Amino acid sequence: MMREKPILRVVSKNLIPPIMLFALYVQFHGDFGPGGGFQAGVIFASAFILQSLIIGVAEARRVARSALVRSLLAFGGILYIGVGFAAVAMGGNFLDYDALDPHDPVHGQHLGILLIELGVGITVATAMITIFFTFAGYEPLPSEPAPDPNREAPEREDLAQAVPPHEGRR
Amino acid sequence: MIAVYWQTAMAWLTQLEPHFAPLQVAIPLIAAPICVLIRQRRIAWFFTLVVTWVTFAIAVALLVQVRSSGDISYAIGGWEPPWGIEYKVDLLSALVLVIVAGIAAAVMPFARVSVEREVPNPRIYLFYTMYLLSLAGLLGITITGDAFNLFVFLEISSLSSYVLISLGRDTRALTAAFRYLILGTLGATFYVIGVGMLYMMTGTLNIADLATRLPALQNLRVVEAALAFLLVGVGLKLALFPLHTWLPNAYAFAPTVATIFIAATATKVSVYVMIRLLYTLFGGTDFFATTGVDEALVGLGMVGMIAAALIAIFQRNVKRLLAYSSVSQIGYMVLGLALGNVAGLTAAILHIVYHALMKAALFMAVGCATTQARVVQIEDLAGLGRQMPVTMASMVVGILSLIGVPLTVGFVSKWYLLQAAFVAGDWAIALVIVASGLIAAVYGWRVIEAAYFTDAPEGRAEVAEAPLSMLVPLWLLTGLCVLLALNAEWTMTLAEEAARALMNGAAAGVVP
Repeated sequence: MMREKPILRVVSKNLIPPIMLFALYVQFHGDFGPGGGFQAGVIFASAFILQSLIIGVAEARRVARSALVRSLLAFGGILYIGVGFAAVAMGGNFLDYDALDPHDPVHGQHLGILLIELGVGITVATAMITIFFTFAGYEPLPSEPAPDPNREAPEREDLAQAVPPHEGRR
Repeated sequence: MIAVYWQTAMAWLTQLEPHFAPLQVAIPLIAAPICVLIRQRRIAWFFTLVVTWVTFAIAVALLVQVRSSGDISYAIGGWEPPWGIEYKVDLLSALVLVIVAGIAAAVMPFARVSVEREVPNPRIYLFYTMYLLSLAGLLGITITGDAFNLFVFLEISSLSSYVLISLGRDTRALTAAFRYLILGTLGATFYVIGVGMLYMMTGTLNIADLATRLPALQNLRVVEAALAFLLVGVGLKLALFPLHTWLPNAYAFAPTVATIFIAATATKVSVYVMIRLLYTLFGGTDFFATTGVDEALVGLGMVGMIAAALIAIFQRNVKRLLAYSSVSQIGYMVLGLALGNVAGLTAAILHIVYHALMKAALFMAVGCATTQARVVQIEDLAGLGRQMPVTMASMVVGILSLIGVPLTVGFVSKWYLLQAAFVAGDWAIALVIVASGLIAAVYGWRVIEAAYFTDAPEGRAEVAEAPLSMLVPLWLLTGLCVLLALNAEWTMTLAEEAARALMNGAAAGVVP
């Protein structure tokens, strides 16, 4: 596929790094302008999705291995709630970012938002990648015959038996 | 040496004590992703066990705090209540927290053998992840004082329970989970539409704040519509009779541990939400008197009590039978809360606690039988009364409690419900309550007959009693079913106080 579609290949190759960079911009600019973890995560995941559309899911999976993606998926959530626990440990209320920096509450707010949005971003990006891989990379079980898209689906014997041809379904 | 550790631990605990309310939810919530990182199924089980016990300890501590020093209000993130999200623990929510966390903790020792038997091994850690998420969601629903936050937790608990159900061995578990997903999402959507309408009219999402603002707006059609949306949404979640169709298959085909947990807690928490809606959120308005909400709920509750119990008689699958019995028992709770007097509300609250205990015990007994003898249909129970005497004895206690025989908890809540019916002056309701108990005796008898009065089929291998790790939690819950009936004052005073507080709160909220 790579060899056959030079335009797709070249364009996507040039697009993927800026997409990722833009995702990081949306992520870390979130507390000054529109943006934030969710949007950034989706944009970041779209880079991976584009890549797997062009070079195939199997190749993309070699970069984003499922163990890694799954761990990051969990890590984002832990980071978010962990900030809450950290605030309690530092003497504030749960998720009270003021407590995160004992000298300057405003700085604490910045830090808190940055960290929880990072958690959101990581989880959303990896969730999107997981969802895409799960649907696009569906591999039939060894017992199932692989469907061949170039041939017509064989008639299912169980259905043919259940509905005799002369009666048909009403 | 030990004394030093003990002192440090105690110092930590006193420091953490004011934060118990958010920790109640946050601990299982953070434990769920940690469980994903653990992956190893035995470690994941042990980790979940520890987390649920800690959660239960916190719930008990919260109940003690509420009893000793009144309601707890906690501002998440330091944002003061009507603006920020408030966690609020009063007597009713503390009671529901204890029962939800308690069931979750009691199920865990039981879970190891049962889950390894029923869930594919590579997915076991995901099962526990979803279990913890579901627990966090249910606790969150109970503890939050914010109507929208409640919706978020509703979704957390529902989404994870769809996954729990879909992990069942039977392929029909998938369709059951899908059906629950569709109806559950509908319910959640209705709830959020209702909350949206209220927010549009009042500009606030805090339940206590809403309660003070709604009486002034109660003539508006929008507020009435909001009440309707909220009630239908919650009605779907709690499987109120005509909206119960997702429940039987979901309970029947889920892994046993998921069935025990969901059957004992999810619908009860939804009943709790309905009480909150009617007595706290709309407590200040006179909707109860003017819109016929009470009559509708009383009617649906009674129809559910009878109809679902009748359907239960004709079930062949044991878990489906118990599921229909749950729908019927939910009718009791809805009837109790809709009668609008203290006795009725007390009965509803008591039945939340008691039914959670007895259904958990019953499903656990079925779980033991399934693990040891692959019991699916009622006929499969044949002869087990002799071969698994401990398990089946607990099943008998559970069934007696469902029927409402004296010396079991089922009798206590039914007694209160009958009193409520007399207070309301409606003999027909009392008759329906008694009739429903008699029908429960019919379907209960079918199970007992199969277990004790039918011989084991020829050629079945000898069935051994379930392992201790399953029997101990089973008898813990069964024992509570009897103990709380013999020593009924303890739960009764709690429930009655909670009911009075709700009634007074509702009465005080009325703005002249």
